[in-house]
Amino acid sequence: MKENKLLSVKTIVAIGIGSAVFWVLGRFVAIPSGVPNTEIQTAYGFLALMAILYGPIAGIAIGFIGHTIKDITMYGAGWYSWIIASAVLGLIIGLAWKKIRISEGVFGKREIVIFNIYQVFANIVAWGIVAPTLDIAIYAEPMNKVYLQGIVAGLSNIVTIGIIGTLLLTAYAKTRVKKGSLDKEESRSV
Amino acid sequence: MQELMISYLKRDSFIHEMTGATKLICLVLCSSITMLTYDTRVLIGMLVFGIVIFKFSKVKFREVAFVFYFILAFLLLNNVAIFIFSPYEGVKIYGTRTELFKLIGPYTITIEQLFYLLNITLKYLAVIPLALIFMTATHPSEFAASLNRIGISYRIAYAVAIALRYIPDVQRDYQDISFAAQARGIDLSKKEKLTKRIKNAASILMPLIFSSLQRIETISCAMELRAFGKYKKRMWYSGRKFAKKDYLALLMVSILFILAMGVSISNQGRFYNPFRVQ
Repeated sequence: MKENKLLSVKTIVAIGIGSAVFWVLGRFVAIPSGVPNTEIQTAYGFLALMAILYGPIAGIAIGFIGHTIKDITMYGAGWYSWIIASAVLGLIIGLAWKKIRISEGVFGKREIVIFNIYQVFANIVAWGIVAPTLDIAIYAEPMNKVYLQGIVAGLSNIVTIGIIGTLLLTAYAKTRVKKGSLDKEESRSV
Repeated sequence: MQELMISYLKRDSFIHEMTGATKLICLVLCSSITMLTYDTRVLIGMLVFGIVIFKFSKVKFREVAFVFYFILAFLLLNNVAIFIFSPYEGVKIYGTRTELFKLIGPYTITIEQLFYLLNITLKYLAVIPLALIFMTATHPSEFAASLNRIGISYRIAYAVAIALRYIPDVQRDYQDISFAAQARGIDLSKKEKLTKRIKNAASILMPLIFSSLQRIETISCAMELRAFGKYKKRMWYSGRKFAKKDYLALLMVSILFILAMGVSISNQGRFYNPFRVQ
């Protein structure tokens, strides 16, 4: 059987289950931060984890499908400007996938720095550029309002992903068997 | 935990009888209309069209009322925010300024701003009856089949089907874990300090996410065993053929789309401007 490289069976299932978990976290595990209308969305920490584990395709799809289902079941309609921003966020973080060998159990200082550089950049693009631009293009909302919303959402997500995403990845790496962690007995006994 | 979400409601109406693909295409066309245009007349037309179709679908308003109130609250907040940040956006767009009365400081209410806010509200609201019908009249498993029908790869359609299928399971997992954690004194409510709450949320997140990753392994192994993805195409158990009413509905919505675009283009610009002096 020829394996479809871009979209393996595992990636498809990861997108499905990932979107379901994204939905549940978005609905039930959002912590009000004290600033009105801004929540600490643990779902985005999870999105970052999935993007690192399964790559950019999974990242973009979980962001898009998860956020669409969340909007539709809650409001009856999707807010596409923000849904696309979530997808972009997943995509960009997913690009770090090859650089971080999480499945081999490696997640040290170097990887934490790479991960956080990617996630900060992804948040700036998604909430600072994509979401407000689309808000203006689709809904013709005032510029200063959408950029302020974007900045607040971006900052809170940078903090959320920085803390929860890093914690989740560190915990995940610990469950993996490190490459070369087993030695042959001869080489030890010498 | 209350079950507050939109889901499929079985009814005996012609809208329920149409194939999922028809309804999906109609919804996409109608939402494109409301996203592209800013013409008040078109938006009101779409809203009325949506409400009429909603009546035909035999879904009762009180079954979806909670969503409607969510949206109203959201729109109210949004309008207030727009007014605070840009009290003269409407003046900028429509090019005239008709003052009604002065509020405080730099805030004066103008007819143009009120008209602009009405338009924004309509724009968000116009597609909601149709989206609600789509959600309540399309069975989730038929939804995946219809995604594939309109040209989306069946792999992606299957991913969506998995998401819809496993939402209740993941939700139950979450409840089990959260109750178990609460029984051990891990508090997620307002009584806890913010930093402690984040830490406590993380302790629920870990088991939920790791059990979900385990689930991914199990399901993808099962699918691989059954040779998922071997062929280019795939049949759907709940896929249906187009009937006469499907073609009729598609034709009607296409005409609506062309009409709406025609009206919008005749405005010279995206906005319908009743203030312009002829």
